Amino acid sequence: MFANFDFSVIGASLPYLFGQGMVFTLTLTALAATGGIVFGTLLAMMRLSSIPGLTHAAKLYVELMRSLPLVLVIFWFYFLVPYIGAWATGSATPIQVGAFSSALITFTLFEAAYFAEIMRAGIQSIPRGQTAAARALGMSYAQTMRLVVLPQALRNMLPLLLTQTIVLFQDTSLVYVLSLTDFLGAASKVAQRDGRLVEMYLFAALVYFAVCFTASLLVRRLQARTAIVR
Amino acid sequence: MHLSHALLLAALAIPAATAPVGAQELSGTLKKVKDTGAITIGYRDSSVPFSYLDGNQKPVGYAYEICLKIADAVKAQLKLDKLEVKLNPVTSATRIPLIANGTIDLECGSTTNNADRQKQAAFTNTHFLTATRYVAKKEKGLDKTDDLKGRTVVSTSGTTNIRQINEINAARGLGMRILPAKDHAEAFLMVETGRADAFVMDDVLLAALVAGSKTPDAYAISSEAQSKPEPYGIMLRKDDAPFKAVADAATAALYKSPEGKALYEKWFTQAIPPRGINLKLPLSEPMQKALAHPSDSADPAAY
Amino acid sequence: MNYTWNWGIFQEPSPEGAGTYADMLLSGLSWTIATALASWVIAFSLGSVIGVMRTLPSRAANAVGAAYVELFRNVPLLVQMFLWYFVLPELLPAGLGTAVKQLPDAPFYTAVLCLGFFTASRVAEQVRAGIQSLPRGQRMAGTAMGFTTVQTYRYVLLPNAYRIILPPLTSEFLNNLKNTSVALTIGLLELTARARSMQEFSFQVFEAFTAATILYLLLNLVVIAGATLLERTVAVPGAR
Repeated sequence: MFANFDFSVIGASLPYLFGQGMVFTLTLTALAATGGIVFGTLLAMMRLSSIPGLTHAAKLYVELMRSLPLVLVIFWFYFLVPYIGAWATGSATPIQVGAFSSALITFTLFEAAYFAEIMRAGIQSIPRGQTAAARALGMSYAQTMRLVVLPQALRNMLPLLLTQTIVLFQDTSLVYVLSLTDFLGAASKVAQRDGRLVEMYLFAALVYFAVCFTASLLVRRLQARTAIVR
Repeated sequence: MHLSHALLLAALAIPAATAPVGAQELSGTLKKVKDTGAITIGYRDSSVPFSYLDGNQKPVGYAYEICLKIADAVKAQLKLDKLEVKLNPVTSATRIPLIANGTIDLECGSTTNNADRQKQAAFTNTHFLTATRYVAKKEKGLDKTDDLKGRTVVSTSGTTNIRQINEINAARGLGMRILPAKDHAEAFLMVETGRADAFVMDDVLLAALVAGSKTPDAYAISSEAQSKPEPYGIMLRKDDAPFKAVADAATAALYKSPEGKALYEKWFTQAIPPRGINLKLPLSEPMQKALAHPSDSADPAAY
Repeated sequence: MNYTWNWGIFQEPSPEGAGTYADMLLSGLSWTIATALASWVIAFSLGSVIGVMRTLPSRAANAVGAAYVELFRNVPLLVQMFLWYFVLPELLPAGLGTAVKQLPDAPFYTAVLCLGFFTASRVAEQVRAGIQSLPRGQRMAGTAMGFTTVQTYRYVLLPNAYRIILPPLTSEFLNNLKNTSVALTIGLLELTARARSMQEFSFQVFEAFTAATILYLLLNLVVIAGATLLERTVAVPGAR
């Protein structure tokens, strides 16, 4: 059934697919995951703090982001971020934000909501006795978090955080709707240029599968090794 | 949401704060270009031959080259030693918001200049005239507007064409199913793969898509047009008179010069990348007039 | 901020001639709901079967279930959407492929199948986790009562497992609902797509997206309220 298909088109476009497309996808994933985890941790700590204003603000943010489809959020931010930038800096004209930065801001802010929920569960999984012990030793809230709670929570949550990063890696393909050249964008541009949809989309699926499957196997091995037995 | 604002502020304030300040007499885009030493051009994926990706996935095209000329004029006007030209992909759906929100400074493509859009953006002198028609596979035997009755029709989202076909569909009760596609290549693909019966678009773009397809003989463009020939312009931000003045002067000088004619011939009567097709569209009489008397009018009757 | 707000835009007629911009968004909303519900039917039934397979003593059933879950979990939804829409018909016999492509509302059927199969892999994981979280004694009790495997699942394991996984299933349902927006890439005129068309026709970007955002939030609230009600209705008196 593959008689009419020409898989040589894949070989010819490999440098473009990986040199540009995959590099874009991986850079976006790595930066957004880092930013998302940092901001997500902050959100989780806000949500678990005893200051009502902070708790509610964090909760509202997380719930809002988790209620919206990513596609809609991508459109929102692509059009809105320059205005927020202008407002934040007091500039009269919108601030110029490039396509990549815009995508990065979108994914960081969106995934932070999901990372926050993972972190919250992680922080809550640390027995209260430990926090109490740290406070009894005279540690401040920040010290307790930094020296006692977060190191253990991160260890517990590492597999989940990495799994969420794999999801993020898959989600970045949605920048397709903005015509940016991520891996899928590159594949679809070649597919449309050469009229080779079947070949290119099958190849893209195969590459995504290989990357995500390998990554998830590694995460599972890591999980077996880092689990804290209680 | 407070924290997100604070983060955004931090993320955005850095580049803004480090940009040099100066040139008080300038305003708008010119000031921004002077301050940052860069101008951002929005290009299209598949608006052949106006603005599209060549074999190496680099933007090329008739409108793209016009934009580079405008960038040169801006550089000369501001007496800059160096001007970085940044590129940002746009689609029909994103181009107007991205012009408005400052992501791009010039939109080089196949954007119809009409009265509605002039409320959102400004246009420089017209670089092409084209009417709305549709393409379909020859075997379907479609040729007139009414032949589309009950058919599945695709058009590119965010274009004047999808609006026109929607209006025609409502006014004449044709009962078409109108699907929006992300870009022209995707829309043409829907016809190629049989997902849609016809693709409604500017005739020049349809001609280019057909010429570039695997089997150009299998397609026919409707003889009946769904609109008058409408002008294409390079889009820029509205209410930015100094920038528009530079862009208008640069395009007017280009269109009237032999270089403008040569540029037209390069893209419409000679082999173009990526596959060396020739569109064979010599300069028509209205186009000759449009280039000889550059105008940014949105009124089709003015041409 | 140099943006001209116009909240009256929703009352203005859309260029499609069939009502106002508000009607346009509401028609998008109904496509979103229809797609979400139809694909959930597939996701729930298929996901339950796959999830059960992964808890059966049979090795073959386990392997098939695991392969299914890995396959559908490790390819981005958007890529799966393209595979169903652009690739599948080309791999079918020519006549059938053409028939599939010319179906009216092809984007709808494609989206339903794609989302159904995609979400099934997630439902399967929840069902498996639910069954595995039950005390082993329940399965043994079923066997001791003389139940066949099917009866053990039907009368003992599944009724308990579903009750346990109701909250994660609710969130999978919500994910499925949000994922319908990915189908705008294959031409499904769902809520996000309609908000985008409204922006293109009217140029009122932020009004269109604000309205879509509010509609999504309302949908979420309705689903959560429904799930809470369901949870209360099916709760086993005295349990937990």
